[in-house]
Amino acid sequence: MEQIPILKIGDCLLVSIQVDMHDRLALALQDDLTSKIVASRARGVMIDISALEVVDSFIGRMLNNIAAMSRVLDAVTVVVGMQPAVAITLVELGLALTGVKTALNVDKGLALIRRLIDGEEDVFDRREG
Amino acid sequence: MIVEKDETMPVGNAEDVVRVRREVRAHAVGAGFSLVDQTKIVTAASEIARNTVDYGGGGTLHLATVRHGARRGVRLVFSDHGPGITDLKLALTDGYTTGSGLGLGLSGAKRLSSEFDIKSIPGEGTVVTIVRWK
Amino acid sequence: MPRKSETVLPSLIERRQKELLDAWLHSQRNSGVWTTEDESDTKSQSTRFLGELRKGAAGGQVEDIRAREWTGVRDLLEEVSRARALRGFTPSQTATFVFSLKEPLFTALREEVGKDAERLADEIWVATLLLDKLGLYTTEVFQKNREEVISRQQAEMLELSTPVVQLWEGILAIPLIGTLDSERTQVVMENLLQEIVKTGAEIAIIDITGVPTVDTLVAQHLLKTVSAARLMGADCIISGIRPQIAQTIVHLGVDLSVTSKANLADAFELALRRAGKSIVERAKSAKAQAE
Repeated sequence: MEQIPILKIGDCLLVSIQVDMHDRLALALQDDLTSKIVASRARGVMIDISALEVVDSFIGRMLNNIAAMSRVLDAVTVVVGMQPAVAITLVELGLALTGVKTALNVDKGLALIRRLIDGEEDVFDRREG
Repeated sequence: MIVEKDETMPVGNAEDVVRVRREVRAHAVGAGFSLVDQTKIVTAASEIARNTVDYGGGGTLHLATVRHGARRGVRLVFSDHGPGITDLKLALTDGYTTGSGLGLGLSGAKRLSSEFDIKSIPGEGTVVTIVRWK
Repeated sequence: MPRKSETVLPSLIERRQKELLDAWLHSQRNSGVWTTEDESDTKSQSTRFLGELRKGAAGGQVEDIRAREWTGVRDLLEEVSRARALRGFTPSQTATFVFSLKEPLFTALREEVGKDAERLADEIWVATLLLDKLGLYTTEVFQKNREEVISRQQAEMLELSTPVVQLWEGILAIPLIGTLDSERTQVVMENLLQEIVKTGAEIAIIDITGVPTVDTLVAQHLLKTVSAARLMGADCIISGIRPQIAQTIVHLGVDLSVTSKANLADAFELALRRAGKSIVERAKSAKAQAE
């Protein structure tokens, strides 16, 4: 069965979702990530969804689950590259990504993970001036 | 309402849900929808399709590009012969779920559509109709 | 009343094409609806019209101009109408194209069947009804075209009037001017989100100083845009909020977790702070201090 590749960059895991996933693939990704976080003792997980044109409540739930599981394993999760049309639809759908921080692209995502791991920022932070 | 082109497809498993997204996208593009409107109707379709598979025991989608006067739209009719929904009002509230989902399927799809209709008879099945106009 | 198939119009036009055309062009010139630069266009349009009119009338009926045999005439009239709308002609001036054919046509009819008074009356009646319908058709088409031009211009103005500007690296601003309707707000907001992705700006200032009123629908769109931007990984600051607008937003009962500032300058200062930047006064040079 196809698998979504997971890369290791330093103490971070990077997942880039390029395909329109069916449910089994999404669940497999969840499991795969969890095992790899443990195996590699990763502190950060970055999920690149810049190629995803649709994020429905199932995928939203998957992202929330991944964030929850990695937090238990002392890792932070950052989702990057959300497309505007997807963001607008998620707002309309009423979906909230809890415990998931987001960044505009991979570079900013890695920087954010760095800040979160180093304790400069909290996962539940709302940036104040 | 004039039907310009239509098709029927099974909605029985996870792969079917992916196919539903693809076909609905094609109709939306053909009807001249903006990218945001395409995304909304495809996402709504994904929600209902998944409900049909998970709770309806599988069913069918009747998908059509329609026209009403000068307006074009996409209409989706999901039907199944599953257990049906006993309390429709409850099912349409945000956050209500009998499964492990986020409970946003029906209510979310309703928000993403121009028109939404659901008919369900416990023990016989459910029919969900959504239309999105350009 | 001659039965539909019996009108003399088709054969009349065929036989007297040239003189009809000359008389008609003369009549159009006299009504002052064209300038010399329109001359060759008008000549060609008039010639084609006569040809299509003959074909249509020969089709068997002259009452229903929407029928298939009149398609050629309608298409031509649409073309004429569109061209004139673009040139700034009024609907009446455009309809005159058709109506000015009456006099030459009646003259020709009188010469053709003048001896039979009753027949002449009938033919003139048929001709006048037909030309009235065709003249009115040009006004219908004119209206439709004008509406299309207007909505195209509106769309162009929309793009021009709401540019997204980069105030600093990573800081965008979109100054909204004028009244916002639901559709315009949505378009503008989608534009902003796309610019955020394109420039990688993490802060966007939405300035509504120039917006006199914000109704609940528009306020909802603004807040949805802020939520969407946050989901993507950027933050928004709304500036230029007047007390009345603040009230509208509060009445919406939405969680007001949007930072807002009274004016654009304050919002910019806040944005700079969030971006980790600050503005410092330059130390005066020794020379300046000595002055």
